Amino acid sequence: MSLVTREQSISAAGVGDYAAGPLEYFSLLKPRVMSLVVFTALAGLLVAPVRVHPVIAFASLLSIAVGGGAAGALNMWWDADIDAIMSRTRNRPVPAGLVQPREALFFGLTLSLIAVLTLAVTANILAAGLLAFTIFFYVVIYTMWLKRSTPQNIVIGGAAGALPPVVGYAAATGSVTLDSLILFAIIFVWTPPHFWALALVKSGEYERAGVPMMPNVKGADRTRLEILLYTLALAAVALAPWPMGVGGRIYAALAIVAGVAMIHFSWRVYRTRDGARANRAAMQLFGFSILYLFLLFAALVVEHGFGLIGRFGL
Amino acid sequence: MAMIESNPPEGVRLTPQQLRNRRLRNIAIGVCVGLLAALFYAVTIVKLGPGVLRPEP
Repeated sequence: MSLVTREQSISAAGVGDYAAGPLEYFSLLKPRVMSLVVFTALAGLLVAPVRVHPVIAFASLLSIAVGGGAAGALNMWWDADIDAIMSRTRNRPVPAGLVQPREALFFGLTLSLIAVLTLAVTANILAAGLLAFTIFFYVVIYTMWLKRSTPQNIVIGGAAGALPPVVGYAAATGSVTLDSLILFAIIFVWTPPHFWALALVKSGEYERAGVPMMPNVKGADRTRLEILLYTLALAAVALAPWPMGVGGRIYAALAIVAGVAMIHFSWRVYRTRDGARANRAAMQLFGFSILYLFLLFAALVVEHGFGLIGRFGL
Repeated sequence: MAMIESNPPEGVRLTPQQLRNRRLRNIAIGVCVGLLAALFYAVTIVKLGPGVLRPEP
């Protein structure tokens, strides 16, 4: 009897139980995505017309970062089955067997709660509510519902990734204005060409995993057309902060130059349709789109962080 | 009683690697809780402002 109990105990413990160290838990937070969340939230915080005490700003950004990471952990909990199928994601801690799904679930839920409550205490209720909504939208609306049901998954789901600057702005001001919504719009329109460029190359894997991405539902040519159209819209939307006074001349110059480059890379994706060259064009667009978004928000961070707007003719 | 002493109940036995990772996880949790406490302390001081250090008139 005791032998059976022991075997059952060991079986219940499983190979993966207790196997993960802190680094595996940290990787559940999707650190690269988290860095983008922090950076765009910082831009939202700095664009705000009120100065925030550095300690409050730090605590707010930390809360937003942890909240974003918690959403990533919950995403990995839910998507472990399809992550195991795709080469890009099969080494994540849950499909690799290093972290048990329930551990990822409770880790994500606990961090979500801590992040939202901390932001409510350090900043304000609106910012905390927006952070909670962001986590909810990413996990429930995007991960659980849209991702496996429509090729518009990353279009609508992109709202979750676009919210951090709005949360950052709200943490500083306690309000949502056009200034923060234009930052939301930039990331929202940026998301489809960014992810569809990757999906063009990885469409076979998405197909096997049963994820209805645009290339394996509507076809590669339709996807290329939509990438080009979204990029044209993105280049136009990205200019808007300049006349609105959210961005200065450094921002405007970067938005124009980098916007032209984005259109150039999208045009190459649109025109190059066969073989390795097509994949290379798509991956170049994917890579440049990350740099593009970084440059736009870096310009805002520099202009507002160093008080350059309105000075030196900027 | 003698039977129990000669065959003590066996539960889950962790490997040295699992024991090491558990210790590292515990240290990480301890550090995070400590930093969170320090953060809340700093935020409290900032929100209370300089008045907290001034004596009542």
